[in-house]
Amino acid sequence: MGKLDIIEAKGTERLKRGFAKMVKGGVIMDVTNAEQARIAEEAGAVSVMALHRVPADIRKAGGVARMAPIEKIQEIMDAVTIPVMAKVRIGHVAEARILEALGVDMIDESEVLTPSDPYFHIDKREFKVPFVCGDRNLGEAVRRIWEGAAMIRTKGEAGTGNIVEAVRHVRLLNDNIALLQRMTDEQVYGVAEKFAEPYLRLAFEVREISGLPKQVLESEPVYGHYTYREIVEGLYKVLLEIKKLGRLPVVNFAAGGVATPADAALMMQMGMDGVFVGSGIFKSSNPPKMARAIVEAVNHWDEPDVLAEISKDIGEPMHGQEIEQLEVRLEERGV
Amino acid sequence: MVRVGVIGLQGDVSEHIDAAKRTLENLGVSGEVIWLRRKEQLEGISAIIIPGGESTTISRLMVENGLLEPVRKLGEEGLPIMGTCAGLIMLSKEVIGATPEQKFLALLDVRVNRNAYGRQVDSFEAPVKLAFSDEPFIGVFIRAPRIVELLSDRVKPIAWLGDRVVGVEQDNIIGLEFHPELTDDTRVHEYFLRKAL
Repeated sequence: MGKLDIIEAKGTERLKRGFAKMVKGGVIMDVTNAEQARIAEEAGAVSVMALHRVPADIRKAGGVARMAPIEKIQEIMDAVTIPVMAKVRIGHVAEARILEALGVDMIDESEVLTPSDPYFHIDKREFKVPFVCGDRNLGEAVRRIWEGAAMIRTKGEAGTGNIVEAVRHVRLLNDNIALLQRMTDEQVYGVAEKFAEPYLRLAFEVREISGLPKQVLESEPVYGHYTYREIVEGLYKVLLEIKKLGRLPVVNFAAGGVATPADAALMMQMGMDGVFVGSGIFKSSNPPKMARAIVEAVNHWDEPDVLAEISKDIGEPMHGQEIEQLEVRLEERGV
Repeated sequence: MVRVGVIGLQGDVSEHIDAAKRTLENLGVSGEVIWLRRKEQLEGISAIIIPGGESTTISRLMVENGLLEPVRKLGEEGLPIMGTCAGLIMLSKEVIGATPEQKFLALLDVRVNRNAYGRQVDSFEAPVKLAFSDEPFIGVFIRAPRIVELLSDRVKPIAWLGDRVVGVEQDNIIGLEFHPELTDDTRVHEYFLRKAL
């Protein structure tokens, strides 16, 4: 047998989206130290999200929420064998490069942290490490996928233990996909033009400051080296793929407000590929039990009798919050 | 009729279901491919695929769903079973880097090292040489386990990366470090499912 030359390719789209496929049907848990990470792993989490504080505590603390301390992320990476994810601020390319160098398995460009760029998200195609991004609707999902996100999750409203916003985001997404499937390709192109508008905000603001009309040149880069037309074409391609598949072309998880096994099962019933649980585990009265119960609920989402059994004797879930009474709406960050 | 079950507890289950369906079509065989979660579904099964995913999670859920022992018994009785990545770990006799609670099927006489290739940034694609085909195959290695030792003569190499073994066969059992289900190429699935015909 002849020897093959080994030509390796790293950081390809297939590898990045493929990594996300390996966590499907699983639960990704927020953890803030090695001990919590081990509890998550033992409970059957497919991955952990390494954080300085869980979202509920980020809310309480106020101030600027940044990438977690490196030694904290390292401590968690050393503690478990499952993949470790970590968050960067929206648009913070430097934090993302640091986490990539550190070797985290996936980066969450997250609205839970204080955004660093008022105009743009990171161009994730430039990275070898895969990214997950939050969305509230199809427009946000399509923009993030075009920018190279290998995985999408609902934004929900993190740290509230209130599932209503995650449900809203799934409904908005699913209904929009159904609508897309009833459209002609020409109409879809119109949607792509609408979805490309947020990329013009910086260019328009500059025009306004300069006393010029809100117009951009066809040849003018508006996001990285991309012109408005190139962005529209790119979003159109993503939209056509979604129209064909009847779902997002990347793995799609629920996040933001999942607090009980029933919440997790609800998200699976709505067609999600898996769930992130932030504050819901380590803000409950019995984290190991809650963690195990949520893992099982994701597995048995369509079996009510099993769900009833799973939901027994799991202690108090985290204390929840009404969305209307929140001072800060994290979901509104980064469109 | 062929009835293929993909262990559907966690991981890239739908990718394997699609690949197996395409394979049956290519082979011109009538059959069905099922999402297998409960032990009652093992009734009348002709072949089983264990997908990629997180081996700690899959192991835990196979035990909890009462699938581990019945699947091991079927494997010992000669039922064709293929595992990719985490599936390979599940099939292996010895696993380096396993967590203390992890349980395995132990149907393949190999020692594997879990996550031996490193973290996700070290994941790679590279052409793999197959024992049953002249053309190279795209090997997709994602936080892959590494086959570090073949523990008996019963286990035969069927895939190589350079001169290193990345896929093995032991009679009815196949274990691969890489993910054929993440490509459009059905040659590996064809080779496997022929065992069930």
